[in-house]
Amino acid sequence: MGELKLMKGNEALAEAIIRAGTDGYFGYPITPQSEVMEYLTAAKPWETTGMVVLQAESEVASINMLYGGGGTGKKVVTSSSSPGISLMQEGLSYIAGAEIPILIVNVVRGGPGLGDIQPAQSDYFQATKGGGHGDYRLIVLAPSSVQEMSDFVPMAYDLAFKYRMPAMILSDGAIGQMMEKVEFFEPIPRLTDEEVKARYPWATNGKPKGGERRILTSLDLDPSKMEQHNYDLQAKYRKIEENEVRFEQIQCDDAEYVIVAYGSSARISLKSVKLLREKGIKAGLLRPITLWPFPTKKIDALVKQGVKGFLSVEMSAGQMVEDVRLAVNGRVKVEHYGRLGGIIHSPEEVAEALEQKIIGE
Amino acid sequence: MSEISIKDIIKPENLVYQKTKLMTDKPLSYCPGCGHGTTHRLVMEVIEELGKENDTIGVAPVGCSVLAYEFMNVDMQEAAHGRAPALATAIKRLWPDKVVFTYQGDGDLAAIGTAETIHACNRGEKIVIVFINNGIYGMTGGQMAPTTLEGMKTSTTPYGRDAALMGHPLKITELVAQLPGTYYVTRQSVHTPSAVRKAKRAIKKAFQNQLNDAPGLSFIEVVSNCNSGWKMTPVDANHWMEENMFPFYPIGDIKVDGELVK
Repeated sequence: MGELKLMKGNEALAEAIIRAGTDGYFGYPITPQSEVMEYLTAAKPWETTGMVVLQAESEVASINMLYGGGGTGKKVVTSSSSPGISLMQEGLSYIAGAEIPILIVNVVRGGPGLGDIQPAQSDYFQATKGGGHGDYRLIVLAPSSVQEMSDFVPMAYDLAFKYRMPAMILSDGAIGQMMEKVEFFEPIPRLTDEEVKARYPWATNGKPKGGERRILTSLDLDPSKMEQHNYDLQAKYRKIEENEVRFEQIQCDDAEYVIVAYGSSARISLKSVKLLREKGIKAGLLRPITLWPFPTKKIDALVKQGVKGFLSVEMSAGQMVEDVRLAVNGRVKVEHYGRLGGIIHSPEEVAEALEQKIIGE
Repeated sequence: MSEISIKDIIKPENLVYQKTKLMTDKPLSYCPGCGHGTTHRLVMEVIEELGKENDTIGVAPVGCSVLAYEFMNVDMQEAAHGRAPALATAIKRLWPDKVVFTYQGDGDLAAIGTAETIHACNRGEKIVIVFINNGIYGMTGGQMAPTTLEGMKTSTTPYGRDAALMGHPLKITELVAQLPGTYYVTRQSVHTPSAVRKAKRAIKKAFQNQLNDAPGLSFIEVVSNCNSGWKMTPVDANHWMEENMFPFYPIGDIKVDGELVK
């Protein structure tokens, strides 16, 4: 067993960033995730692993630093919270278009606009449906514990590099701020420049001697080539939907009613399932770990298994519920429950919502 | 007198000049008479002369030179509008031994990318910024740029730029020269053979600063015509540039080896 530590989610994320062999962190302070850069600058990883840590002038700059750095084949990451992530959407679209692997962490707070600094899950659409312009996707991982704030960092990097695209860890202010025990993975050494060059021949880090130059761009003025580029991206996305869906299911085997929830809402809903079971209601919890690709096939299987209704529990006005509805496709009842603007629902509220909205009528 | 054929002339011993192999064979997309093509060539000649073909990463902008990566035969990234200095910052910090430059126009560098420009300069990023100032947005059809002169007509200032309504032309080069992070700041042009030679010396100095790990950023403004956007012949555009652009954007070094030129 590795070292066990008691840490904030944001701090565990920062420690995992160093341990994952990250080459560069570029960020801009914003509540409730400022501990990430504070931890990194205090840890001074440039003296140990050689990792670069740079406070950028804006989130616009930090995402574009990821474009540049990621484009050279290095492991680069930024973290921010909702308003900052909105500023990064332009860069993300370019990065997705140019097919550059990067990692971006959103510790979500209440919106819209400046909103507040309390936990929320109202950035689901932005994370899973694009956010920036054009047809593109992000791989989106949703941690629901401090442990997963650490574990998902190397996982997200692996997926980003495997598919040459941006990956996002979509957390929330509760997971970022709460303290929990965490067991860290063994440090992964940074790749040497030679290893980066050998492993990522697409990367722009100096034209190989006797070889062709590399170009990273999202532009092609020839629409037939741009259409083909889009077909290629879509083919890649279909492959990811086929191979990379991750979820956790709790008491779904005999469930008549299933709560679908991720992140903080999944933790709360776990208690709701217990409360409902105590009342004799066969409830289960499906926790999507990848929000994109979404566990559509799993939900389909649950419907076929006999589940009579789904409650999508999110700290939003109902965003993921649309993906649950698409998966269910009208066969059984699907409703949403969730508090808004930084208010966290209680397990009792969730249990009551399932009884009233799904079973009640 | 015996006939001299072209074959008698094209011989290695008669070769006085040839295109650098760091310019691709793709025909330039720039208008005839525009300064972009010459400046592209100078940057690539300098990189070839410094022997850094395999160690250079360039960042192209959005604007007329959005396709710079089609012509410059080194590893290139194409940035979003105005963001090139942010890309270059990370590239240089992650690969400190490589040569990193951005190539940007006035709208890209001095309007939408002002924050990225100022902060890359102020942090003293050890990169080269090549900045083409032609006082207009050429790519989108000749709209007002941050550097458009007062009274100058563009498609969005059809009656001339009125500073009271549209703001003043921005001397971004003088501005970045004030920042402690810039090491070499100069303004050049490429409209005459002697100007081209001077501009090349300046570009070479900028890249040499980077190779010497000089403590700061090297910034080269090239004042260029935009004969299409200005709706003049190339020759008239160069005259107009000398008479109108140069008084406001004077040619010469502004900061050398970290010291402002008095």
